[in-house]
Amino acid sequence: MRHVAIIGAGQAGSALAAKLKELGFDGRVTLIGDEPHPPYQRPPLSKAYLLGKLAADRLALRGPSFYAERGIDLRLATKVTRIIPAEKRIELGSESLAYDDLVLATGAAPIRLPADIGGALANIFALRTIGDVEEITPHIAPGKRALIVGGGYIGLEVAAALNQAGVDVTLVELQDRILGRVAAAETSAYFRSLHADRGVRLVEGVGLVTLEGEDRVRRARLSEGSCVDVDLVIVGIGVRPSVALAEAAGLAVENGVCVDAQGRTSVAGIWAAGDCASFLWDGRRLRIESVPHASDQAEAVAANILGAKRDYHPRPWFWSDQFDVKLQIAGLNAGYDRIVERKGAKPGSCSYWYFAGEKLLAVDAINDARAYMIAKRLIDTGRSPSPLDVADGDLA
Amino acid sequence: MPTITFITAGGKEHAVTAEIGRSVMEIALEKSIPGVVAECNGSAACATCHCYFDPAYSEAIGPIGEHESDMLDFTASPRRPESRLSCQVRVTDTLDGMTVCIPAMQ
Repeated sequence: MRHVAIIGAGQAGSALAAKLKELGFDGRVTLIGDEPHPPYQRPPLSKAYLLGKLAADRLALRGPSFYAERGIDLRLATKVTRIIPAEKRIELGSESLAYDDLVLATGAAPIRLPADIGGALANIFALRTIGDVEEITPHIAPGKRALIVGGGYIGLEVAAALNQAGVDVTLVELQDRILGRVAAAETSAYFRSLHADRGVRLVEGVGLVTLEGEDRVRRARLSEGSCVDVDLVIVGIGVRPSVALAEAAGLAVENGVCVDAQGRTSVAGIWAAGDCASFLWDGRRLRIESVPHASDQAEAVAANILGAKRDYHPRPWFWSDQFDVKLQIAGLNAGYDRIVERKGAKPGSCSYWYFAGEKLLAVDAINDARAYMIAKRLIDTGRSPSPLDVADGDLA
Repeated sequence: MPTITFITAGGKEHAVTAEIGRSVMEIALEKSIPGVVAECNGSAACATCHCYFDPAYSEAIGPIGEHESDMLDFTASPRRPESRLSCQVRVTDTLDGMTVCIPAMQ
């Protein structure tokens, strides 16, 4: 019986296993995850789940019987230690498992602070897994002092959640503005003022020099010379694709596991999808870190494993929830040369449209679902409205 | 547990028991009902879990949110008075017997 083994039981791995079965694959599917939890949603971890507003079982992507009912062998708390492509088998410690097709859906891991600046002290956390949240939660209480390192989406979402829990939050961002890597200055400004209004202390253009304390972290020394007393530190300075297994097995790796348009890696019989996989986009190797991309790419790979030979065309979109603000992003803004603002119908709602020349690349819609939905449709179908109409015309 | 009947765009009926407190979208995914995509897993961010809900249950379902309503104006299949994002509808005892029609496109 044909056997598809999937390494990684996150969004991509889970979607891939489900899709194989939905497409009628009657072979064996093994879905291997190193966490103890069945596949779950990560986005709520930095939002409702961190605040205790969402029960753990609501995080699960599928119910408890879903995998068994479909003959998917879900192996949790299991680490794959080696891939041996020449023998088409993987090792899970002392156990060996033969495959016909192997999928790497290994995701990405948060970048940690180095130990020599105090990164190994207690009470310093990343936020990627349920396990991370379980470690953080006992430290959340009104009056506690938290330092968030990194003003990207994760850092800002965590800052918002902790602030709402009564924690005194300072966020430090090394670049000259929050969201500098991912958004225009206009979007940064919106979220800067949102956080400042709620009492989050944002420190931009300032680096973290050291974290200090005897056992646990107690102080953070910042590059402009100040010192902040802290009870906990959450680090949100980005992720690196989890490629160790792929590298050791000799697969091509460049900003992630290299895949072709159909999800094949450089080694026959091995595929990759989701956060760990890099694909060609505008002449460079791109990875997209988002739930919809992970699912879509994984489902495309599932079809291709079964012989579809269909190229995957990403239609990137993202969202972020901070306080009562919902940001929805359509497209990828890399290479933009102009931002056009469009006011929304409600107070506090607006959207920023990224153009390269006359071509619409992406839109950040802030509490403006209408703008987002219009923009998504335009971008997905390769259409560009005139900047004049974006600014104050009728787009619908 | 209440029973909800999903009717796919092709007219196929799937009667399922639904766990109270979950969203109708979660129930559809759980039971592998075709046509409910739910790209964002229930964050009201994508409008790919759009369904037509039995109008007789509109009071039991509860009012529609502003954000949800804005999203529904741009769904892939036309919005109707009984349109909702199924991720925003929680299963309660009062929804027992309700039918949910799934549109042709998400």
